[in-house]
Amino acid sequence: MPRNETITELGLDEYKYGFVTEDKPVFKAVPGLSEDIVRQISHHKEEPQWMLEFRLKALEVYYSKPMPKWGGDLSKLEDTLDEIYFYLKPQDQMERSWDDVPQEIKDTFEKLGIPEAERKALAGVGAQYESEMVYHSLKEQWEEQGVIFESIEDGLAKHPELFRQYFSTVVPTHDNKFAALNSAVWSGGSFVYIPKGVKVEIPLQAYFRVNAERMGQFERTLIICEEGAEAHYIEGCTAPVYSTDSFHSGVIEIVVKKGARFRYTTIQNWSNNMYNLVTQRALVHEEAKMEWLDGNLGSKLTMKYPSCYLVGERAHGEILSIAYAGDGQHQDTGGKVIHAAPNTTSQITSKSISKGLGRSSYRGLCKVYDGAEGAKSNVECDALLLDETSRTDTYPYIEIDENTASIGHEATVSKVGDEQLFYLMSRGLDEAEAMAMIVRGFIEPVAKELPLEYAIELNRLIELEMEGSVG
Amino acid sequence: MSEPLLSVRGLRAKVDGEDGEILRGVDLDVQRGEVHALMGPNGSGKSTLAKVIAGHPAYEVTAGEILFEGEDVLELEPDERSRAGIFLAFQYPAEIPGVSIANFLRTAVNSRLAEGEEMDVFGFQRTLTEKMEMLKMDPGFAARYVNDGFSGGEKKRNEILQMAVLRPALGVLDETDSGLDIDALKIVASGVNRLSEADEALGVLLITHYKRILNYIRPDRVHVMMAGRIAESGGASLADKLEAEGYDWLHRAVAAV
Repeated sequence: MPRNETITELGLDEYKYGFVTEDKPVFKAVPGLSEDIVRQISHHKEEPQWMLEFRLKALEVYYSKPMPKWGGDLSKLEDTLDEIYFYLKPQDQMERSWDDVPQEIKDTFEKLGIPEAERKALAGVGAQYESEMVYHSLKEQWEEQGVIFESIEDGLAKHPELFRQYFSTVVPTHDNKFAALNSAVWSGGSFVYIPKGVKVEIPLQAYFRVNAERMGQFERTLIICEEGAEAHYIEGCTAPVYSTDSFHSGVIEIVVKKGARFRYTTIQNWSNNMYNLVTQRALVHEEAKMEWLDGNLGSKLTMKYPSCYLVGERAHGEILSIAYAGDGQHQDTGGKVIHAAPNTTSQITSKSISKGLGRSSYRGLCKVYDGAEGAKSNVECDALLLDETSRTDTYPYIEIDENTASIGHEATVSKVGDEQLFYLMSRGLDEAEAMAMIVRGFIEPVAKELPLEYAIELNRLIELEMEGSVG
Repeated sequence: MSEPLLSVRGLRAKVDGEDGEILRGVDLDVQRGEVHALMGPNGSGKSTLAKVIAGHPAYEVTAGEILFEGEDVLELEPDERSRAGIFLAFQYPAEIPGVSIANFLRTAVNSRLAEGEEMDVFGFQRTLTEKMEMLKMDPGFAARYVNDGFSGGEKKRNEILQMAVLRPALGVLDETDSGLDIDALKIVASGVNRLSEADEALGVLLITHYKRILNYIRPDRVHVMMAGRIAESGGASLADKLEAEGYDWLHRAVAAV
């Protein structure tokens, strides 16, 4: 276990997207958490009774569980939780078309410089703004194919049976303290259903943005990919800078049925006062394939370990992740693979970059149950340190109860070398360009898996973060 | 005659933070269009001289000067020297995983252009393909990550490829011949010869431990480095003498001084 170190907040990177658009919330709960707040949320969303009961039970579980003592420093989190708003709703109605989206919100997207992702109408875009879906469109062809891509609230309202059949089955309330908290106060997120045999060619994209000081963000996403279906879901977000601590705790549940393939891509870029504690897990059935592609930038502390539970024979799980820990940031990330069936295979590839007083930790679990004959897992984690003060740690947990399993683990730590810098500079690149090129090369194996516009955005974000890193 | 392309005067240098000079007063002039061979035993300071000319930060120049086209370059950063026209072909090129040769070279070419300007992508691709053919390189080579998992021969060829694309005024080739089999050596040598033919003003400082490469690249001048100084200079025949007699006679001569 790592030492519980206080994160030094000296020399925090100036957050490059730190602008604020004036927000006009329609409803704002009082700060802090209580049973009353949970009832208000449920009432406001006009939820069925079972969901209210589910939330209240989750709240009890949340109260009963202690703060985790591992991972990062959560000692200041309880104070934060007393101050944040657990629910915020900017508009009463869901928006159906881009034209209906308020100008103020469009301005925010514009400033992010990534409106193309929405405007190209590549896909049905769900944009989450202040806890609520405000923009949601879906290509007609998908509706014809029977694909459901809704806000989580609409998923519950319009598809109650389907929703209830799968909700909380992948991440149970009692799984961990923050899963319990999310279960009590969840708001926003996506509900996706891909019917049997349907192949969704164009990625489903959701774009959301946290934009209210001290606002908690508890998105909940539930995805069901039926037998033989294929789809790719992309979520990216970036948040503005604030002076007080902020908190994000999402739960993502994915069910990948027999022979199906699903990929979930996230690029998260939080302001550096954000606690980002996310539970994302997929249940992977026979011969199905699940891929998590996870990029984590910013935040004060991120604890996030995308998981694949390989429960059917020959199921395959893959986790690719990139973490960038800037000055004063702690990225505690990695992945979990659980081999619970024969001939299941998995691959974890983790890349981290640390700078200044930043710290990145790889934390991974590989578990092979007795009877999961022929299971194979391979873990590769590479850390790159940009200077002398940054830090990286590796915490691989391996639990094998099956003799025939084969497990590989490889970890490397490298520092941007003087010889590499000199080599690139001797070809005419200045020091900053040379440094950026080495970093881009380092993340290339993961970045090349991203859709082009996201790969470009990721490189751009990292370059912005690296500005001023050359002395 | 105009000033030399490269003029090294009384150059003394040591590893930064350590005692003991490695270069102890090097004097060397290379004129435009000339090929100079710099020979000498291991540890005589040949590679140090190459790195100091290119501006390696690990070395400290304690005295003397390096003039390139008449300008003192000692205060210039390595990238500034590169853009000014100095090219170092490394003895041990660094590996840059994840960065393709094409991407790397395009960035290097663009670094020579004015702010905001970029070389036409297709034009660049044509140049690259042409230079790769000259060096008998597989077209797929450009997509490979810079030096990552390359054989010794591939690394050296990649260095000459970069020189061909970047078209410097001065090429310093640091033991480019070491570790090459005879076929690879011929390809590399013919590449350098063709660059010399294409650019009559190109100056080359060819650092080598062995005479072998001089059978394929005929030098205008040969220098022998001993204990951090140029101990002997002469025409191409000096290399033959070294081949036949070794360095011992020079050791004795230096010791006698």
